[in-house]
Amino acid sequence: MFEKTALNVRNQRTQNLVRTLFLLMTVLLILPVLVILGVLVAKGGSMLSWEFLFGEPTNGMTAGGIFPALIGTVWLVAVALLASVPLGIAAAIYLSEYAPDNAFTRVINLAIINLAGVPSIVHALFGVGAFVLFFNFGVSILAASLTLAIMTLPVVIVATRESLQAVPQAFREACWNMGATRWQTIWKVVLPNAVSGILTGVILEVSRTAGETAPIMFTGAAFFLPLLPQSVNDPTMAMSLHLYVISTQVPGIPEALPYGVALVLILMVLCMNSVSIAFRMYLRGRKKW
Amino acid sequence: MVGAAVRTEPPPTPMVAVSDLSIHYDGVPALEGVSLEIRRNEIFGIIGPANSGKTSFLRALNRMDDFTRGMQVGGRVLVDGHDVRRVRNVYALRSRIGVVFPLPVGLPMSVYDNVALSPRLGGIRGKAKLDVIVERCLRRAALWDEVKDRLKSLGSLLSGGQQQRLTIARALSQEPDILLLDEFSIAVDPVTTMRIEDVLKELRDELTIVLVTNLVQQARRLADRTAFFLGGRCVEILPTEEMFTGTVQDPRTREYVEGRFG
Repeated sequence: MFEKTALNVRNQRTQNLVRTLFLLMTVLLILPVLVILGVLVAKGGSMLSWEFLFGEPTNGMTAGGIFPALIGTVWLVAVALLASVPLGIAAAIYLSEYAPDNAFTRVINLAIINLAGVPSIVHALFGVGAFVLFFNFGVSILAASLTLAIMTLPVVIVATRESLQAVPQAFREACWNMGATRWQTIWKVVLPNAVSGILTGVILEVSRTAGETAPIMFTGAAFFLPLLPQSVNDPTMAMSLHLYVISTQVPGIPEALPYGVALVLILMVLCMNSVSIAFRMYLRGRKKW
Repeated sequence: MVGAAVRTEPPPTPMVAVSDLSIHYDGVPALEGVSLEIRRNEIFGIIGPANSGKTSFLRALNRMDDFTRGMQVGGRVLVDGHDVRRVRNVYALRSRIGVVFPLPVGLPMSVYDNVALSPRLGGIRGKAKLDVIVERCLRRAALWDEVKDRLKSLGSLLSGGQQQRLTIARALSQEPDILLLDEFSIAVDPVTTMRIEDVLKELRDELTIVLVTNLVQQARRLADRTAFFLGGRCVEILPTEEMFTGTVQDPRTREYVEGRFG
């Protein structure tokens, strides 16, 4: 009664083929990640030591540690997040919860998409013009971080907007029917259920901010600056620029050094991300509907 | 009901008075020329097939059109004598009208917080006060005994029938004058439906209930008067028993009530 027909066999074969194909592509996808990590660990793993992490560069950056760059990147990422996360979330809440569907809203949405497509070097030049010169922040952490913030704003906005829109409309309706205002509804019901999605956006932003080189090159990151920044008005070294500099600009660099710096940069981003990933998993565990 | 005719008190203002109500969505009519009155402390049933404008009618009562893109409401709606178009505090209006949806909406927060949400929005803070409100509302919704030991667990994890009673408890926590029920039993098992119906009968003493239902027999069991909506018009309004015992004006009502429709 349940014999396979020729059609069943054909369907089954297609199904297997498709599944294998997709599996193959997924494996191909993680291959570069594994290779990158593998090469970095193999070639730069020997560099990892307390002196490397907490020392300053010496001998024309051919030896010593990377502490100023490490601290600089933490500064840049932190200040950029402080600027872009509140701004991005506010804009996303407006677009998702308040904005009427009209020409103005559509123009804003278009602008956000376009902002995401602007090359980072163009952001860098904008940062020089706007923050370094016009607002007179000088070459500083503030100017560099604001440039990074503008660049990563679309990531935060889009991720936040998507996760707000993923909250079922029925929840909002239930709340409105009780006599809640839009803001009460957002605060009590929508945001708590969108937090994990918003965090995803922040994670993406951290990774991108920490790794960007071009936007900070002219706005706040210095070639070599053994002193740690004292405030956001100081320029600073940064991991990404340091990596660029020692790989291309300085002769006589030991081969392991750039790999070591790259490895630390990746581990740093992983560390920052894992905190928010852990937090997100905690929130996910509580969210069910 | 011989005694009812002897009553001599002047008629109080109706809880809801609707005149010439029309509702359009982006210009497409959903409801046209509906005029009716809902009396205090009655269960007012609304029956009718899908797309007859029942839900739209409910949405117009508490001005949910404010939140619905493209929904235009014409005509006049008086709630407790106040024109809902002109009320100064639309949020206060909504908080006096409890709504229960077809599919239970347990908000993804604890059972306790679900019921305490509306009092909290209204500014009630103290835990002792909230405890009292939560217990009272859950008891009135016939849910207390089932959830009293897990008030902290997620409301959205309760079974469908429990969630529906949770939404009724939540609506009651608003201390509403009017309760709007939109096909509340659609996702609820028959036993729970009966329990909720018993709850509603008791609530009739305290508030006015508008019961939209596609179960004709449910309207018969509960409603004092019943309106029959069809294609965006109110065909007729009758004391429920008359509707079911054949004294209808319109043959379409009889056909619908007897299940010989469409």
